[in-house]
Amino acid sequence: MSAAPKISIRGLKKYFGRKKVLDGVDLDVGVGESVVVIGGSGSGKSVLLKCILGLLPPEAGSIKIDGEEVVGISSSERERVNRKFGMLFQGAALFDSLSVWENVAFGLIQAHGMSKAEAKPIAIQNLAAVGLTPDVGDLSPAELSGGMKKRVGLARAIASRPEIIFFDEPTTGLDPIMSDVIDKLIVKCVKELGATAVSITHDMKSARHIANRIAMLYGGKIIWTGPVADIERAPNEYVDQFVHGRAEGPIQMQVRA
Amino acid sequence: MNFLAIIGRVFLGFLGAIGRLTLFTIRAVVHAVAPPWYFRQIGRQMLEIGYFSLPVVGLTALFTGMVLALQSYTGFARFSAESAVATVVVLSVTRELGPVIAALMVAGRVGAAMAAEIGTMRVTEQIDALVTLSTDPQKYLVGPRLTAGLLMLPCLVLIADIIGVFGGYLVGVYKLGFNPAAYLKRTYDYLTFDDVYSGLVKSAVFGFLISLMGCYHGYHSEGGAQGVGRATTNAVVSASILILVFDYVLTQIFFGPK
Repeated sequence: MSAAPKISIRGLKKYFGRKKVLDGVDLDVGVGESVVVIGGSGSGKSVLLKCILGLLPPEAGSIKIDGEEVVGISSSERERVNRKFGMLFQGAALFDSLSVWENVAFGLIQAHGMSKAEAKPIAIQNLAAVGLTPDVGDLSPAELSGGMKKRVGLARAIASRPEIIFFDEPTTGLDPIMSDVIDKLIVKCVKELGATAVSITHDMKSARHIANRIAMLYGGKIIWTGPVADIERAPNEYVDQFVHGRAEGPIQMQVRA
Repeated sequence: MNFLAIIGRVFLGFLGAIGRLTLFTIRAVVHAVAPPWYFRQIGRQMLEIGYFSLPVVGLTALFTGMVLALQSYTGFARFSAESAVATVVVLSVTRELGPVIAALMVAGRVGAAMAAEIGTMRVTEQIDALVTLSTDPQKYLVGPRLTAGLLMLPCLVLIADIIGVFGGYLVGVYKLGFNPAAYLKRTYDYLTFDDVYSGLVKSAVFGFLISLMGCYHGYHSEGGAQGVGRATTNAVVSASILILVFDYVLTQIFFGPK
């Protein structure tokens, strides 16, 4: 990792009532690095991502993007910082009222002030980059399959050539073949853009595919982080149980919130 | 002690809701007034609130005017004041029934749709997606709807006024046997600019309230499909109550004893 991390998180805390979802998360993500945060359902992975994106205000802690503190910044500063970001949501989160190409071009038109005429060819190029033909651009999101929605979501995430791309459970709900296709597209797009990537998933196959480094979130803290090659022999019983998907071990699944 | 705690919790919850709504309203108004303006969104909402509500508002206004003529005739006939029917119809429609009935119909049609659309956007993370695309969701979603509601309700009510008066005319002339020219003269003679103007001001306020409630409840919906359903119901109920409360307040301001 380079000396100055692209994203630096220190002591991040987020509570919902008395429930401590994040309880002092420390994580650095280097420039051009692809970090995958793994953890069980309800472990706070999505909350961590939402705190970085400014969708949830943390109770305490620091998040720095390129050395700039982003916790507590104004909404106009947040809009400026978020121009560095691209995000692929778990359900793709495409805008129903817009066509596919308008979805892909949304950031270019709204945040970068591009005209529709300028933005449309770029949207079509981005659709091609994720393996979709130009005629898909005129469809409505409701006409797409789950895998196609994910591709369009990826095209939208990369359209404004972001410096950092976030992936929220990119393969959840997809069949194994489509999961592999999406994983390969993510690796390809991130590499071509030279972007930094932060993904959250509990799909270990996907994590191994797209990560340079893996961090495990448990009990509101990052309990282990290391290169993807080390995950199989991580000297941590929590990681070992999670990676091998064993019901027995130190992690006890919560059956109640 | 437990009982007091429950009362306290309910009261604090109520104050919290008032605070959230006040902050939401202030932000929404600022976003509606300050540039950039999303003209395409405003146009789409104007079409939705105005043009597509015309049939339902027109139909209810027509029957309201007709029923009003019939009811006032049978009532006034008891003390030989049938000639006041035209005046009663035009004043009731322009001052009161036109704005209120149109607003209640639009609250049911558009307020519910707004809450459902924005609520679905909330639970499917589309609102979060707007933030990640450097677009303020309140500015993009709420501002245009408030502007469209404020502008389109007076237009709708103006048309509803005309149709309502026409409904009264139809019943008055063809059912009750009034002379057409005399009915129209009675309608014009006692109608003042303030009667129409007050109704239009009321309707602008109602339009704002309908959009505000639709957006507020949709924006804060949570808990999947059930949450969206709850938001839709709350949007219609709260808008309807506020319409009636503000109707009284505005009537007091315009016509109440000084």
